[in-house]
Amino acid sequence: MIRLKKDRTALRSALLVSTMSFALIACGGEAEQGAFVERNVDAFASTYTPLPSETTFITNVSMYDGKGGEIERGSILMEGGKIKAVGTDLTAPDGAKVIDGTGKWVTPGIIDVHSHLGVYPSPSTGSHSDGNEVGEPVTADVWAEHSNWPQDPGYMRAAAGGVTALQLLPGSANLIGGRSATIKNVPGRTNQDMKFPGAPYGVKFACGENPKRVYGGGKNNPILARPHTRMGNVAGFRQAFADGQDYIQRWEQYERDYKAGKNVVPPKRDLKMDTIAGILEGEIIVHNHCYRADDMGTMLDVAKEFGFKIGTFHHGVESYKIADRLRDAGTCSAMWADWYGFKMEAFDGIKENIPLVHNAGACAIVHSDDDIGIQRLNQEAAKALADGNKAGLNISKATAWTWLSLNPAKSLGVEEQTGTLDVGKDADVVLWSGNPFSVYSQAEITFVDGAVVFDRNNPDSNPVSDFELGMPGEGDTK
Amino acid sequence: MRQLKSLLAATATLALSVSVSAEDIAITGGTAYTNGGSGKIENATVLVSDGKIKTVQAGGEVPSGYRVIDATGKWVTTGLMVSGSALGLDGVPSNSGVNDATVKKAPSTIALDATTALNADSVIIPNTRVEGVTRAVTGFQSTSDFWLGQGAVIHLGNGEGQDLVVRGKAFVGVSLSQGSIAKSGDSRAVVLTALDTKLEGAKEKPSGDDDKKKSDKPDPEKDALKRVLSGDASLYVEASRKEDILAMIRLKEKHGVDVILSGAEEAWMVADKLAAANIPVIVNAMTNLPGGFDTLGATMKNAVRLNAAGVKVGFVGSGSNNARLMPQFAGNAVANGMPWEDAMAAMTTNPAEIFGIADSYGTLAAGKDADVVVWDGDPIEISSSPDAVLIMGEEIPLVSRQTKLRDRYMAPSRSPAFNR
Repeated sequence: MIRLKKDRTALRSALLVSTMSFALIACGGEAEQGAFVERNVDAFASTYTPLPSETTFITNVSMYDGKGGEIERGSILMEGGKIKAVGTDLTAPDGAKVIDGTGKWVTPGIIDVHSHLGVYPSPSTGSHSDGNEVGEPVTADVWAEHSNWPQDPGYMRAAAGGVTALQLLPGSANLIGGRSATIKNVPGRTNQDMKFPGAPYGVKFACGENPKRVYGGGKNNPILARPHTRMGNVAGFRQAFADGQDYIQRWEQYERDYKAGKNVVPPKRDLKMDTIAGILEGEIIVHNHCYRADDMGTMLDVAKEFGFKIGTFHHGVESYKIADRLRDAGTCSAMWADWYGFKMEAFDGIKENIPLVHNAGACAIVHSDDDIGIQRLNQEAAKALADGNKAGLNISKATAWTWLSLNPAKSLGVEEQTGTLDVGKDADVVLWSGNPFSVYSQAEITFVDGAVVFDRNNPDSNPVSDFELGMPGEGDTK
Repeated sequence: MRQLKSLLAATATLALSVSVSAEDIAITGGTAYTNGGSGKIENATVLVSDGKIKTVQAGGEVPSGYRVIDATGKWVTTGLMVSGSALGLDGVPSNSGVNDATVKKAPSTIALDATTALNADSVIIPNTRVEGVTRAVTGFQSTSDFWLGQGAVIHLGNGEGQDLVVRGKAFVGVSLSQGSIAKSGDSRAVVLTALDTKLEGAKEKPSGDDDKKKSDKPDPEKDALKRVLSGDASLYVEASRKEDILAMIRLKEKHGVDVILSGAEEAWMVADKLAAANIPVIVNAMTNLPGGFDTLGATMKNAVRLNAAGVKVGFVGSGSNNARLMPQFAGNAVANGMPWEDAMAAMTTNPAEIFGIADSYGTLAAGKDADVVVWDGDPIEISSSPDAVLIMGEEIPLVSRQTKLRDRYMAPSRSPAFNR
């Protein structure tokens, strides 16, 4: 009787263990099996713990609930880091800190699906340029979180703009630029301290001009000097996914053989293919930098060919041209309000892009891609809303807030935890000095998991990054 | 050849005759913010004739022959002016062949004149003016060293490139950005010394006859610097670090030149000195991160503190494409404590004074060029936008390539190109 050796690596499930035991008993006589090797283990687990918080009751406040609703003169109770109650007939529990919100607004925290904070931090010295692993067009093996510098002063500036969570993405030089990290916007000593618990991984794709510019000349990819064209881009993507399919098959074969009791050597782990397999298996969400409508149309077909889904197109300045197709594909579109023209594929950007995408029934998101823009995403939504309505649409402010919290939460796969004021969700909440669709309003208090990470009226308590200590302007109002 | 010349002359005459035939327009019923002695006027009647503002008064008759723009319930202001851009010089940046604002090589990076390259057909101009920005400071963004040539003030109305020039050779540009310093010896010691030496060298020397022959030769570089030394043009200096700003205060004192600072993220630290030296500052009101070691003190309070200290402040958007976002930038300065009226002045009267065009632009007052905007709300509020724009007395259609794309795709169909 061969005894099953204790497996030192994480097994997929108890079911798997029992199946294997059965298989081993059944075929007996073979050489002793090694431990089953798991491909995707969580090597950089989140060590996030919520900051200390007190039970907080904001009352007499107007609210956008983040899913299209508006509450006049209501109250919200945050307790134990969660949203405990929201309504118009609440009373503060004993001992709660009470904030009078007269004239003010409460919203779910803003979530930016496209940030390079930490990976392209301030100051932007060459030594800090950690966002693009140029060298080859497919670098699916790199992870943005390994570049994340938690001392980037940009994080707390973003908190002052009401940002409670964000996705850190690799740059757009590569076709497949690597894995993203979703983080909560809190100070941390390591990347893992900031990592959003339970958030799935994302991956960055880039269509269009950037990969062909970076690799076409051969400077950054001397062996192949490609892609040089858009068609080269697409070929690069398809080959990567074909390689990924092969990789999956080899691992499935290994698993089948192992279950059959064979003493098999696992395939060599390929870190690039680990990520690509994760994409094909639907475990890693695709975030695709893609400006032009035709490029997006092509990528939707590539995804179809290889059986995965593109979660969100980023920088879709032409999303308005194919909003119906994006709706049908269930693919979100993350957009700027009015940036355009800074390169050829951004030439057709229009100010009504976001509201037109929304109006077609597709998932619209306001994103920043910018350490300054991330501080004022509410203003970007306000501009887009006003432009859409002036063009004849009829979208409410309450609905427009979904572009800033719920839709981004869906895009990142964290909508069960955050993105609305629903009871039970993380208390990622912002108190605004006035209506957040006005340029004159500012985030007054930003709560992450019920803890104050920024308080405009209490500047001495606001975090100052290590970098800014002992420097001109330390602790100043920013 | 002679025939061609006369043909060109005829064409020029024709263009001139077209541009002066502006119609008479009355803007009635709105609330006018005059930025001047008249303050706020309810139910204002603004009469525009021959490209100029004729009268601005409460109520008042509309003379016959005037076309009426009803501004009831709306705001009426002077068209706004951005205090820095490359409008008319740049286009899509990479690989487009339409960018004249970034100079790789020039015989003189001091003498280079931005107006020679102005392109009135830049698609960025309509995109900008339909947002109520009617005037712009424009100039080169970078050269092979730290000089940025001679910049100009333009209007964004109708006309060919040269028609847009309101004030050419208004300033000589200097960049003390990290990139420019890197191209110029890679030390501030080199750049600041070179700046001083060039100004010194352009000064009139007590006439030694030996130099006479030499000085008769055209020297556009010296001419440009002489304009600065005589006060006909300013020195427009992009500088961020406090120490660089102090160096420019010293430069002004030494050479008696008009210095305009731009960027100037750490200017608030020496606001009193800037006020005392009468140096205006063009602020990007959104910059609040230490992007480099020369902007460690960057804060949203920069414009607020400078203004409070008595420094004349002007605003920009961000580059040319985003020049139209200037009112949003101003709004953030207001949110951080700048009085609304001062923020409006920083987009109208202040730049008019800083760039020497206050005689013809800045306030909504009789005799000024008729750059007038009718807004559907507070012009600084981000949800507001223009309902009518007049530049030099001509009403500009609120149409751009962007509005045409929008109209084509309001309801996407398979072949929208055929839906004209």
